[in-house]
Amino acid sequence: MTLLKCENLYKRFGKTEILKDINLDIKSGKIIGLLGKNGMGKTTLIKCINDLLTVSSGKVLINGKEIGVESKSVISYLPERTYLDKSLSVNETIKYFATFYKDFDSEKACRLLKDLGLDTAQKLNKMSKGMLEKVQLVMVMSRKADLYILDEPLGGVDPATRDYILDTILTNFDDGASVIISTHLISDIERILDEVIFINNGEIVLHRDTDELRAEQNGSIDEIFRRMFKC
Amino acid sequence: MEFNNNIPIYIQIVEQIKVKIISGVLCAEERLPSVREFAIQMQVNPNTMQKALTELEELGLIFTERTNGKFVTKDKGLIEKYKAEYAKELSEKYFENMLGIGYTKKQVLDYLKELKGEEK
Repeated sequence: MTLLKCENLYKRFGKTEILKDINLDIKSGKIIGLLGKNGMGKTTLIKCINDLLTVSSGKVLINGKEIGVESKSVISYLPERTYLDKSLSVNETIKYFATFYKDFDSEKACRLLKDLGLDTAQKLNKMSKGMLEKVQLVMVMSRKADLYILDEPLGGVDPATRDYILDTILTNFDDGASVIISTHLISDIERILDEVIFINNGEIVLHRDTDELRAEQNGSIDEIFRRMFKC
Repeated sequence: MEFNNNIPIYIQIVEQIKVKIISGVLCAEERLPSVREFAIQMQVNPNTMQKALTELEELGLIFTERTNGKFVTKDKGLIEKYKAEYAKELSEKYFENMLGIGYTKKQVLDYLKELKGEEK
């Protein structure tokens, strides 16, 4: 079933076209990598899907309906930058999320944080960057959403944390839900992807099944990407 | 679990499970974990795991019992057949590599005998 559809989506800032004629069809039950170099439009596209930016023309449909309040309730979004109130403790953050989102599973969040060996009474501003990223991911993955959109969830974390993050993503998305992960750290993440989307200069240049692409091009997604977008 | 990103992941899973079956780590008629559990165990996407299991089912190495889950085949003859096939594959690869560095077939065989002698 189609979960997310973009139709002839354009986004302009003044005269600059950031996104050009984006057409996407994303089915449920998939993990999709949104891959592109820096500044190619990954975050802009994600913000358009989340209704944080208004599209210049074209449409974004979630479950067949145009984006709005309803779509926000079924998308769980991990932004690139921290948006949590750092003066709160972890416990307070959990309460905050639970009041804000009906689909937030506090028990699950507590369990995941416990697995991390985290003191939930600790204030967020006392945490390291990596720890904070893990807390944010746990918050986002503890919602029971149809679509999870993770913008650069691996930015600046060590390899052990990276494995923890990938595992958390794998074990916490429900049947029928989809996950979109934007990143430029392809080799770290490609083993968990069903599909890849390559975005370059605001255009989607490729949208394929990961294993099919590997078999056809005889290489890793990372290599194929490097070959295509050599600087 | 480590995977080579150059080869489709599902093919590598098929290979790994096949080796587990022919080496007896997974016994004949043993019940397999659910797709989801299995995927988590091997740290891969459940869809990829499903694809691998479908392939293994086509090979006859596993079968699905409605409502009960997936099991390793009861057919021990078939497991032996795949074992023989795999052994042949490995040996051919070994020979190929050895011939590649300039050994003759006879030298390779002598070398193997010698190596086996050393182990004793």
